[in-house]
Amino acid sequence: MEPWFKPVADHSLLVCFSDTHNADAHARVIALDKAIAASPPVGMIETVPALVNLLVRFDVTLTDHVAVETHLHDLLRHVTTEKNAGQVRQVQVCYDADFAPDLDAVAEATGMSPDAVIAAHLAGQYDVLMYGFSPGYAYLSGIPEDIQIPRKPTPVRDVPAGSVIIAGPQCLVTTLTMPTGWSIIGRSPTPILTRDPARPFLFDVGDRVVFQRIDLATFTRAQREVAHV
Amino acid sequence: MSDATFTVSFAGPLVTVQDAGRPGHMRYGVSASGPMDRLAFDAAHAALGNPPGTTGIEVSLGGLALQCTSGAVTLAVTGGAFVVEHRGQKLGAWCVLTVEKGDRVIIRGGKTGSWAYVAFAGTLSAESWLGSTATHAASGFGGGVLRTGQTLRITSASVREERTGEIAPPEFLADGPLRVVTGPQDQHFSGDALARFLTEKFAVTDAYDRMGMRLRGSELELAGALSIPSEPVVRGSVQVSGDGVPTVLLADHQTTGGYPKIATVIAPDIERLVQLRSGDGFRFAAVSAAEAVGAARHYAMCKAEYLDQIAVPRGTLDQRLMRENLIHACVLD
Repeated sequence: MEPWFKPVADHSLLVCFSDTHNADAHARVIALDKAIAASPPVGMIETVPALVNLLVRFDVTLTDHVAVETHLHDLLRHVTTEKNAGQVRQVQVCYDADFAPDLDAVAEATGMSPDAVIAAHLAGQYDVLMYGFSPGYAYLSGIPEDIQIPRKPTPVRDVPAGSVIIAGPQCLVTTLTMPTGWSIIGRSPTPILTRDPARPFLFDVGDRVVFQRIDLATFTRAQREVAHV
Repeated sequence: MSDATFTVSFAGPLVTVQDAGRPGHMRYGVSASGPMDRLAFDAAHAALGNPPGTTGIEVSLGGLALQCTSGAVTLAVTGGAFVVEHRGQKLGAWCVLTVEKGDRVIIRGGKTGSWAYVAFAGTLSAESWLGSTATHAASGFGGGVLRTGQTLRITSASVREERTGEIAPPEFLADGPLRVVTGPQDQHFSGDALARFLTEKFAVTDAYDRMGMRLRGSELELAGALSIPSEPVVRGSVQVSGDGVPTVLLADHQTTGGYPKIATVIAPDIERLVQLRSGDGFRFAAVSAAEAVGAARHYAMCKAEYLDQIAVPRGTLDQRLMRENLIHACVLD
């Protein structure tokens, strides 16, 4: 399908590859995002890659929708998608009962043992689809089918930062204390908001993520190290 | 030049530290934040002769009271029609005044407007995140939400008597309906929903904060089931939830969302929108993308011209008295 373009207010252009979520459309989003980073149109402020489309924000005093669209058309002629092009990022998870209030419920809903749920979660192949909701909230695709469960009917308040939460095919490591309707199956000490000015966020959209199981002692130690950064 | 310090005697909810904002991080889930009314914020700094984007304070209708505990500093207040109390006088917003140790300044909501801005002739010390002191209210990242009892420090505080007095408020803002570019998901709405969106009156509700403003009005039915893949949203996106209620996303918006967007308010008209209050009514009107670009460029030009005008110092007291005497003399002749 040919991509289509939609103007957004005076300052942005949305490039759409599909109406429905699919891996091919997302790969094209990532590929175009990279091509734009290598050769940005005049006056561009930023791009925002999402599931099936990408937003280009620009300075309206320097360019307009037509000029940006022309530039993107040129780039799209040469864009090719690559499989597994992103970096692999390691994220530690502790599945200790205190950190995983919904693990038993997920086990019950899927007819598996809690250990089997953990094994399935660790076996998943995760891709960073996009960020959203709040700073550092990266949506990961790749929850294996046998542990995919729907969102809870009502969100739970004050879920701590670092919670590893799942809903449907997606997984997320929270960065703030926030309400969520997703199932909480673990806690990670790995900072997504890194506090490193050169690289403030752990993932780029398109990266791959591997979860690594740690015990409570390792979690506590890792968290102490982070606090001292 | 030295430091001036203030105690926050009272801060209502949603009184925050803001600078020009942190654009460029939307891909990481970070909206730009910054002032809700960027024009008023920029005007406060221009009237003091500050560099644009200097750190200041955004005051909500909850109000703010500051007690100066040391030093002296000139400050500017702009924004909605707030009331400024200082040394027993009640001033309107859009003023520049000098505050000294022992003085108290109270800023509270007036007849109209939802946000006011305080800028200081000096540097307001504030925590920075990703190179900006702008507060993202939901997370508290950046300079932060002001709390009653906290201390504010202005370094390199200066007294600029030549700048005190009233600030001429901007007169170039368009009136009439708020201009939108329709879409990007207008195709998800039933036949006449878009037509009603563009003709009927909407009102601001109480559900209004830095993230967005929920509206009341005609129900905007979606055509068919509501399920679109989450996609980027911007300041000004008008998203419609499953119950047909539109919400305009603002300074601290989420960066992606799965509700269909019927239209997007153009940037120059957001300053007008944010100063409305619960119950205030208005209409939307559609413009083409090309018209939106034209409007934004015209606005940028008028704004630059206006900020240049108010940035000119009014002169020392002597100079001003002299000028007034001359004018007076002319009138008598």
